[in-house]
Amino acid sequence: MRREGSALHGFGVVTLKEIADHFTSILVVVLLVLVTATAIAVVRGAVDQIKEITAEDPFLFLRLFTRGGPLPLVALLSFLVPLVAIGLGFDAVNGEHNRRTLSRILAQPIYRDALLFGKFAAGLFTLSVSLIVLWLLVIGLGLLGLGVPPNAEEMARGLILLAVTIAYAGLWFALALLCSVLFRSAATAALVALGLWLFLTILWPLFSPALADAVTTAGDILGVLDTRQAFARLSPSVLFNEIVAVVLDPSVRSTQQSMLASLGLALIERGAIPDAPIPLLQSVLIVWPQIVGLVAGSILLFVIAYIAFQRQEVRA
Amino acid sequence: MNVIEAKNLTKRYDGVAVVSGISFSVARGEIFGLLGPNGAGKTTTILMLLGLSDISDGQARVLDHDPVREPLAVKRQVGYLPDQIGFYDNLTAAENLRYTARLMGFERSEREQRIKSSLGHVGLGEVANNRVGTFSRGMRQRLGLAEILMKEAQIAILDEPTSGLDPQATAELLNIIRDLKNRGVSVLLSSHLLERVQSVCDRVALFSQGNIVLIGTVPELGRQVLGGGFRVEVEAQGQGLAERIAAIPGVQRVEPAGANRFLLLADHDVRPEAASAVVAAGGRLLRLSVEEPSLEAIYTRYFQTHEGALHAA
Repeated sequence: MRREGSALHGFGVVTLKEIADHFTSILVVVLLVLVTATAIAVVRGAVDQIKEITAEDPFLFLRLFTRGGPLPLVALLSFLVPLVAIGLGFDAVNGEHNRRTLSRILAQPIYRDALLFGKFAAGLFTLSVSLIVLWLLVIGLGLLGLGVPPNAEEMARGLILLAVTIAYAGLWFALALLCSVLFRSAATAALVALGLWLFLTILWPLFSPALADAVTTAGDILGVLDTRQAFARLSPSVLFNEIVAVVLDPSVRSTQQSMLASLGLALIERGAIPDAPIPLLQSVLIVWPQIVGLVAGSILLFVIAYIAFQRQEVRA
Repeated sequence: MNVIEAKNLTKRYDGVAVVSGISFSVARGEIFGLLGPNGAGKTTTILMLLGLSDISDGQARVLDHDPVREPLAVKRQVGYLPDQIGFYDNLTAAENLRYTARLMGFERSEREQRIKSSLGHVGLGEVANNRVGTFSRGMRQRLGLAEILMKEAQIAILDEPTSGLDPQATAELLNIIRDLKNRGVSVLLSSHLLERVQSVCDRVALFSQGNIVLIGTVPELGRQVLGGGFRVEVEAQGQGLAERIAAIPGVQRVEPAGANRFLLLADHDVRPEAASAVVAAGGRLLRLSVEEPSLEAIYTRYFQTHEGALHAA
């Protein structure tokens, strides 16, 4: 059975309205100001640290993202970006139910698809704009503080970080959107999304090694580490951190290297010169599966939300 | 020509029929009322007609379109005022309408002109730039009707348009609904408040537990349910009036109802005959009235007599 007309009729109208709503929402503005202010403070700390340690480092600019006090900028992003994304999305659909605007809007000549696609696009756009502004601020502060311009490879790696952060934000936004479809009460949706965020970001990396050890049969240490890593990667934050560790540090040549380093071990491949930088493309190839994982996760969550929304009854 | 045609329309949730096989039609320019208690299936019927809810069985045609297969064609020409209508409280009345006007796909110049004239028409012209958050319930309902006017819909579907309104707001709303009819718009409205809608509906369908139990004009239903046709009250002074009146063809019974007052039971409206009878007898006619059957009475009587049968079934 074929439906008449385009499923996306009205998509642009919904998107524009939702974007306007996001940028005038007090909650969103407060979250963005908080994240930006924290980021600026962190980057200033990083600038001071970088000035002290080295002038020889060929990738000085990238250290802006990974250095700086107790919490470098990328750690801050991996922790706070989900919060902003959840703040944008947790009442996207149930809010329309609760305001009783849903049936009135759906009685206009549009399909439900347009409403949900529009909401997702608007959320993604808002997150992208905010992250691009944040990224430009960081680069600007770096230029002012360090006094040297970034080279082309540093810019490229920085841009990849930006794209990956947007994909990471998209995944959490899709999760929040799903919660807003599944739970009629906005408070429930927000708490479930925030609970998942805390669990996946903080608790899962702590508990997953024990779980992995319980099921693994591998005898050697590398096998054990593999299983642990596979388990830990169920958390989007772990994926994000792995990508960031490789993309922002050209001397890292595998995701296991950073993991072993945290255990005080060094992984030295035959024929490799320790700490020699690898080309950009190689870095990206190493974490390509993780990048695909983040994007696929967003799409999967959105598809579930879409199906649930299509089957939902309009009436309150 | 019928603008809405429902045949054997059925909606089941998990195998339980909420609307079971109802059939009715609404003619062009008619005000049709779906009446019945809450939970009788009125809103579900409306949502099926709009294509907002799947139809489990039977079929519906709205302006000769199938709401399941061609929902956009239906929604382009049908205006809907939901039960407990909601607007974006942080936007103004005009901004709310602008959003739906964009969804309807009007050009900018046409849009602004339609918004202005429709807001003026429902008496919200002066508060067009106030936030809807400050609006009373009656104003929200009128804003909902403004949306339908703006759409220039051929059918207006109003779900409980008067519930929760004070008498003045109700009167204003009913006036706008009558005005819709004068513009040639067909109106389908649902309500559980019988008295209020009786005055505007051309025909009504009484709902009970997912079925339409009665359908027709109010006087028709009155005859059908309350039995015996018209009750005419005559107040007149004169000699031997009771006999004269009783002799009018069609009068079945005359009951004295106090000094100089008689209650006539007749099979048609006998007011003209009664008047001429009184005058011919040289009496003084003081009052002459026919008692309209009230929907409330029809409804109550119907359920008194059928409740047992319904429960048994």
